Amino acid sequence: MTHIIGVDVGGTFTDLISFDVNSETVRIAKVLSTPENQSFGVMKALETSETNLPSVETLIHGTTVTTNALLERKISRVGLITTKGFRDVLELGRRTRPKPYGMTGVFECIIPREFRLEVKERIDSDGEIIERINKNDVTKAIKQLIENGIESLIIHFLHSYKNDIHERIASEIAKDLWPNSFITRGSELVTEFREYERGTTAAINASIQPVLHNYIQRLQQQLKENKYSKDLLVMQGNGGTVSSSIVSDEAVKTVMSGPASGVMAAAYTSTQCGFGHVVTYDMGGTSCDVGLIVDGIPQVTSELEIEYAMPIHVPMVDVHTIGAGGGSLAWVNTAGLLQVGPESAGAQPGPICYGRGGTKPTITDANLILGRLNPESLLSVENPVSIETVQNKVIDDVGRDLGFKGMEETASAIIRIANMNMAGALRLVSLARGYDPRDFVLFAFGGAGPLHAVSLAAELGIPKILVPMRPGITNAVGCVVADVRHDYVNSINVPLAHANMNQVNEIFISQIKAGKEMIASEGIDINEIVIIHQVDMQFQGQTHILNFPIQDPSVSRNDLQLLFEKAYLKRFNVELPEIRAVLVNLNTSVIGRRKPVPLKTLINQEKHKKKLSECIINSRPVWFDSGWHDTPIYNREFLPPKIKFRGPAVIEQLDTTTVVEPENHVEVDESGNLIISL
Amino acid sequence: MTADKLDPITLTVIQSGLQQVCNEMDLAFVRSAFSPVISEALDRSDGIYHKDNGELISQGELGLPVFVGTMQFGTRCVIERAKNLKEGDVYIVNDPYLGGTHLMDVRFVKPFFYDGELFAWLANTGHWPDTGGSVPGGFSANATEVEQEGLRLPPVKLYKEGIMDEEILSIVLSNIRIADQRIGDIKAQAAALSSGAKRFTELIDRYGKQTVNSAIQELRSRAAQQMRAKIKEIPDGKYQGNAFVDSDGVIDEPLCIDMKVHKQDTELYFDMSGSSPPCLGPMNSVIATTKSSVYLAIKHIFPDVPINAGTFDPLHIKEPEGTFLYAKYPRPVSGCAAEVSQRIAEAVFSALVKAIPQKLFAAPAGTSGNLCVGGYDPIREKNYVMYVISGGGYGGNYSTDGLSNGCSTIGISKTTPVEVMEQYYPVLFEEYSLHESSGGAGKSRGGFGINYKIRLRRGNAKVSMVMDHGRFGPQGVLGGKDGEVNKIQIEHNGKKYVPPHLSKDQNIYVQAGDRICVSTPGGGGYESALKRNPELVQKDVKRGYYTIRQAQDLFGVVLSSAGVIDDNATKKLRGK
Repeated sequence: MTHIIGVDVGGTFTDLISFDVNSETVRIAKVLSTPENQSFGVMKALETSETNLPSVETLIHGTTVTTNALLERKISRVGLITTKGFRDVLELGRRTRPKPYGMTGVFECIIPREFRLEVKERIDSDGEIIERINKNDVTKAIKQLIENGIESLIIHFLHSYKNDIHERIASEIAKDLWPNSFITRGSELVTEFREYERGTTAAINASIQPVLHNYIQRLQQQLKENKYSKDLLVMQGNGGTVSSSIVSDEAVKTVMSGPASGVMAAAYTSTQCGFGHVVTYDMGGTSCDVGLIVDGIPQVTSELEIEYAMPIHVPMVDVHTIGAGGGSLAWVNTAGLLQVGPESAGAQPGPICYGRGGTKPTITDANLILGRLNPESLLSVENPVSIETVQNKVIDDVGRDLGFKGMEETASAIIRIANMNMAGALRLVSLARGYDPRDFVLFAFGGAGPLHAVSLAAELGIPKILVPMRPGITNAVGCVVADVRHDYVNSINVPLAHANMNQVNEIFISQIKAGKEMIASEGIDINEIVIIHQVDMQFQGQTHILNFPIQDPSVSRNDLQLLFEKAYLKRFNVELPEIRAVLVNLNTSVIGRRKPVPLKTLINQEKHKKKLSECIINSRPVWFDSGWHDTPIYNREFLPPKIKFRGPAVIEQLDTTTVVEPENHVEVDESGNLIISL
Repeated sequence: MTADKLDPITLTVIQSGLQQVCNEMDLAFVRSAFSPVISEALDRSDGIYHKDNGELISQGELGLPVFVGTMQFGTRCVIERAKNLKEGDVYIVNDPYLGGTHLMDVRFVKPFFYDGELFAWLANTGHWPDTGGSVPGGFSANATEVEQEGLRLPPVKLYKEGIMDEEILSIVLSNIRIADQRIGDIKAQAAALSSGAKRFTELIDRYGKQTVNSAIQELRSRAAQQMRAKIKEIPDGKYQGNAFVDSDGVIDEPLCIDMKVHKQDTELYFDMSGSSPPCLGPMNSVIATTKSSVYLAIKHIFPDVPINAGTFDPLHIKEPEGTFLYAKYPRPVSGCAAEVSQRIAEAVFSALVKAIPQKLFAAPAGTSGNLCVGGYDPIREKNYVMYVISGGGYGGNYSTDGLSNGCSTIGISKTTPVEVMEQYYPVLFEEYSLHESSGGAGKSRGGFGINYKIRLRRGNAKVSMVMDHGRFGPQGVLGGKDGEVNKIQIEHNGKKYVPPHLSKDQNIYVQAGDRICVSTPGGGGYESALKRNPELVQKDVKRGYYTIRQAQDLFGVVLSSAGVIDDNATKKLRGK
């Protein structure tokens, strides 16, 4: 029992990382993903890495099965039982349109109207029963839904966050008639008010439960055939893992688990390097994902919208997607201004230089022209395209309309605008959460992240960049370092002056208890348990809430008031002694830390060279703002710890390229991470 | 340095920098505001304006559409009256006739200095929940002069060199309802401008005053160029459209908007002079709102054109003197921002759908659905004012059906959840459902409106509303049918009451046990319903959107009682 393995399934590749705990060595595998059944790719990765499954201690898996099912609407047939008069809530939403301008758009409710049935029952906002639940209605509705061939069911009543008795009664009746593990109560996942968001979260959960369940069963069967008998852990969107035995109960929590594992890896790595405040920046082919880590803790949100009008209100690592990737198209609009994105050439036809039929200039093509990418080692090329072809196309399509003759100024303009768009979006993401990006370190990963990191950081005023040892398998690293985690939210929503502080304390205590019991029931090996409490507060009359951490579950009223005022002043620069504070939600995260994984093992020491000059494999002209520079090309694998050098430099490794501008300082730390100072 | 020496990249960079300044102001305002109309319904806007004439330089992308064109008029009115400007000054103004909308939209206007010189103006508008007047919330359905609608503020310095003038504040707070929370909005609104000033200063520090100024000039002409390129796609010609407001709330007669659009080369000319004369009730529109409504309609048709003063250059609006679309003091105007503006936009849509049918759509529900219940809660021992806004169906378009329960044309506001309303107010919602068969029939049908029923649980209250499309459903186009009309009914002591003006009324007395029932309009249909794919009609029936009978009568699709399409009968029926 010596191996810990993380397997992450991405859009293109399935990545595996295997730590040998005894020998402190590591193995890595990268195979093509198999979207029709992701388990094939997982098994292939295990095979490629020559893993001896019986000797594996823990297997942690990040899957996009639920995300894909949801986005492609390959979901289960869900039935809804809800309060009389309210079956259309999930279809009507909250009176929106997809974009501020343009009076068109479509929205398809994930539960078609004929599968949404009503029963007589009503509870008010104080939790008082106004009309008792009509059990005959429930029985009738369930029978009708079964007849219609539903595969999962949600029971969603108004104000169930306050009193869930009717949901419980209905769910008991349902279980009797339809013994099944795919029954979700609305208040089970989210105990906060807002009927549309709570209901949609439950509906999404139900729509992907059977999908996830079947997938996990198939995978476990294959693992069993290969003599793996230990438990399988599955990554969740909150950055933690759960046992595969319970993962489908709350399937919705696995949506967004991919980006979450990237942020977890970033948090783990940066903390080891001594950086607390980190912006994560994962740039791929079509988009980039950014997240925030504050004091070593990835920021979590409960208000994510996975697409138009599809809110998921369970705690998830707060990852924001920006529509800029290597394949983003550059074009000149009718005002004669250069635009980059949001349209993308994607993987097909892709950038011009990939030779897959792409004819429109992209960010990747511009990087190639400027010498930032090595034309010899582009990963995804099908039919090689000459650099001249790319240059001519960029001049013809973009340069000429801008009045540029030189390919350098055209290509560098494309990069500059792309970086500026990303910087703008990233700034808003951090400001919206009350932070100034200048106080952060940029953690760059993904195929294209390290390529743009330096100029992006410069644009944002970020002084330092961290490029991890293995930027291309960051998500798999995230699986291996992720904790076991359970989050709890309870709404109170009373003025702080009237809050029963004993009750507040009791709620925190019961949240801790629930989390600890859950972790115990999973039977996962844990080193220590960490508890994080947060509260959501607002001034009376506001609708937005402010979330901030508290240390002590038996916090006093006075302390809460002070902490809130302080947090509010910091965020909005406004003091409001005139208005009363309201305590809205109490949150607790119970985190089981697994044994630490030594990141140093990610380095392959055998390849290290002693002298800097030996690490240089080549040189080529690279364009920076001040013109062409003959730039040394370093092989990342050769760079030993503690070595230092100056830009300009291009650092190549199998899965990414890091560009360092003139005058930047580069240092390799003990774990092999690149630290670039601007 | 002249504009033509600016390289196009710096230009794009500064364009996006200006946009960032505004987006950050939008964000700061909404996150710290108190009024749910601002924080949740996003009824606000922030922008940068020219130092001499108030022309729009840049506006936040997250702002409410109706403010797209109004704020430059409002800022110009402040500039004309401004004296002795100092850093840190902030004007407050809500006068509708000085480039405004209705009284509830309160503008803050701040001179922005760079190197000690006036460089530009920063301004924002936020919808306050109340500014006094005869009806809580400000939407009086039958005011006949503006004084009945609330407190009217000319431009006055609320902040002088960064210090709030407590005396002006006390006048404001003494004249409005729920005054205790307004201090929060005032601080949020001013703080948003300060954060904008900080970011704008950083931008100029980085690129230089000259460069930023030249870029602003150049961007203005580029936006005009871009708008002209779009307009060029419209075939030359004269197009006529119209829209009707149910009544002015006082005299029960429809008001007509007569929209003549003349397209010539790269220019669009709008003539509304054939519209109804000024009205007695609050459905008059001030000129700033009238113009802005045309701008926002065009922006809905060409969403990707950036907005600055240049965008409006090729849009020539003849000032409709002598009509209800050019209201002067003391005409009441509370309906202009929320309702008349949407009818103006619909008149533009209805004219241009004839020119570029593939880019347009049938009329949307087009009413903000403002309903206000003000009363006394005997258990909590306090007065309350509850606002309900509601959405409706959008019109069908060339490629898709209309969206259901879409937001108003001029807004981007979300509704408040039922669970939140019931926490705050002594009401119980008995229904919140899809308004079946409200979508106008068409090849692409309209989206659906909603039905809601509210029961008062205790105490008594007064109900007021300003909505529209109660008499005329949203127009179908190119042979599509109109959407269903808006319906309001009050059940008092078991008796049913329908407002005489159908969509507008005020101070209707209700007591515990009484009900307020509202059904909102569906969108108009696009092209003849007989062209609709029978399988889509079948699906609509399966979902209960239409009955089997309606499938036959409206769409010419014959379905068996089990919902199976009878191909022959359908062909025969449609062939007629």
